Amino acid sequence: MWFPRLPSDRVLRTRPVDGPFALTQTLANTQRLYDLNRAAEQQGLHRGMSYADARAFCPDLISHPARPDLDARFLAALRRWATRYCPWVGIDGADGLVLDVTGATHLWGGTAAMLDDMCARAARAGLDLRLGQGATRGAAWARAHHGEPDAPLATLPVAALRLDEATVTGLQRLGLRRIGDLDATPRAPLTRRFGPQVLLRLDQALGRVSEPLNPQGEPPHFGLRMTFPEPIGLVGDVMAATERLLIPLCDKLRLHEAGARRLMLTLRRVDQGSQQIELRLAAPMREAPRILPLFERGVAEVDAGFGIDQIRIEAVQVEPLPVQQIGTGAAGQTPGRVEDLMTRIGTRIGLENVQRFLPADSHIPERAFSIASAAYSTAESGWASVNPRPLRLFPPEAIGASGNTPPERFRWRRVSFITGRATGPERIAPEWWLDDDAWRSGIRDYWRVETRQGRRLWLFHTPQNPGWFVQGEFA
Amino acid sequence: MWIDPALSGCFPLRQTRVHEVCGPGAAAFCALAAASGTGPVLWVVESHRTERLNPVGLAPLLPPERVLMVRTGSQTDSLAVAEEALKDGAAPFVAIEISAPLDLREGRRLQLAARAGGTTGLCLIPEGMGSNAAETRWRAAPLFDPTGAMDSTLMRWEIIKNKEGTIRAWHVRWTPETGGLHVVSPVAERPGSQDAPG
Repeated sequence: MWFPRLPSDRVLRTRPVDGPFALTQTLANTQRLYDLNRAAEQQGLHRGMSYADARAFCPDLISHPARPDLDARFLAALRRWATRYCPWVGIDGADGLVLDVTGATHLWGGTAAMLDDMCARAARAGLDLRLGQGATRGAAWARAHHGEPDAPLATLPVAALRLDEATVTGLQRLGLRRIGDLDATPRAPLTRRFGPQVLLRLDQALGRVSEPLNPQGEPPHFGLRMTFPEPIGLVGDVMAATERLLIPLCDKLRLHEAGARRLMLTLRRVDQGSQQIELRLAAPMREAPRILPLFERGVAEVDAGFGIDQIRIEAVQVEPLPVQQIGTGAAGQTPGRVEDLMTRIGTRIGLENVQRFLPADSHIPERAFSIASAAYSTAESGWASVNPRPLRLFPPEAIGASGNTPPERFRWRRVSFITGRATGPERIAPEWWLDDDAWRSGIRDYWRVETRQGRRLWLFHTPQNPGWFVQGEFA
Repeated sequence: MWIDPALSGCFPLRQTRVHEVCGPGAAAFCALAAASGTGPVLWVVESHRTERLNPVGLAPLLPPERVLMVRTGSQTDSLAVAEEALKDGAAPFVAIEISAPLDLREGRRLQLAARAGGTTGLCLIPEGMGSNAAETRWRAAPLFDPTGAMDSTLMRWEIIKNKEGTIRAWHVRWTPETGGLHVVSPVAERPGSQDAPG
């Protein structure tokens, strides 16, 4: 099956356009036509021409940006559709499907009837479809792209052998225009000139070399739903139903060695309204008894209205979670308890607000550590520091003082201090490769000042831009 | 961590209770109280505070990899998170930075949660904003040490409310190299000191 206009057909299915239509893609700063419909082709446009030229040829051209990712998804949907004809369906390139219909044609009343059915359904769906059928994958591809569904292979051009442009041109220069010509030529000189690819493709098309077809399996879907004969409304009932869905879901996750990271529980009410409860877990998880209590808070907040008649649970985000040996000692706590706690806290204030400190490689005090979401990081040690650092850091607060050495007395936060002992200076230069507004005042000379009043403060002096500031407090 | 027996009965903090600490040395007190136990430490802070805990400075007192910071939007959220964590018991020590006084109901709920979960809680409160439900209340302040080394950690810890004992004060020093918390006699009373009586 070849869909020659798959990208434009996809867009035109949702918004039909009468007249010329094209998809544009920006390549090397130029908008070029990516795909176009039949009407546009009749106007003399072709793929790869620049959009400006196309507009000059055809002023009423309607265009739309190309989305290759959506095209790939559309092709995957078509692949799923094609399994109605046979179970072995693979994807061929960006716009084709390969079906191994061996043993399946009689169900449709023969090959011709099946091909007719495919054409009819594709036409009804608004898709341009070319079919080719053959004893080998190569022969079917050649017929779909370069001829009728049952044209004799020998009469097709050499381009039908899935060869690259340069090889096809080279073969045509030698006068080998059709597959039949190529087959009649001695093999050794051909291999010497064009490499093994040409004859491999020829043999694949003629069935002398086998070519496997890779049918793609369905990606596992982690979703389940349950419909009730009578609407329910009690929290206990909803939790019981959730449990009944969660157990098979977790079994399925275990089968695929995966763990849910984000779960979505959708409750549909009798009046067709639906409410969603999102659960973001602090660690991938697949134990139903552990996940269930985490839903309690969300379920309690739901407005059941006249009752809930369907619930649906889906693991929206899944991460691989291989089976692990449970430790035999050392760890005193049950593993995962902290993650459960983080998840419960996360349902209230957001999982990203549970954070962890990670060491960072910088001599700038504010950048000597980084803050990461605890759910998506692991604890790291390595907090060595040559010089003592304050326990508390705050944005620099100016104190009125001057000179290169710490002031004898100063006022900070409306309290007078007398310097008892000052240790320093420790000169820290800004990181010139990072632009930081706070460090615009240039290098800093840090002093640890122990005041007679007791408090041990971290002061700095900026010699390039004279001034004294307090930035931290020691233990 | 070695703790001077002179502090026994009061420090380490009594478990399954919620305590309070105020004063300029509250963060250091909290870090040392957390370091006396094991397991993760939950440190609940309101996100609008500009005064941040510096993990590099925290490292000599308490390994920063044990700390989980929880940033909340308001004090109500802080208290809810703290109650949840105290009741859960997965983190044996929960520190809560508080900006407005707790009423008796809130303080009592925290106490009940700590008892249910078998955990210890410590509220870092501004001066004079204590709750009556607290088990003990401490005032911690750094002290100037005229004879000490350059990285002195001399502090005055004063217990100003105690439900199961008397109130007292100690001068303590933390030695990160040996991991010991020593009680020292007040400076003025040391033999050889200029101000020593007699």
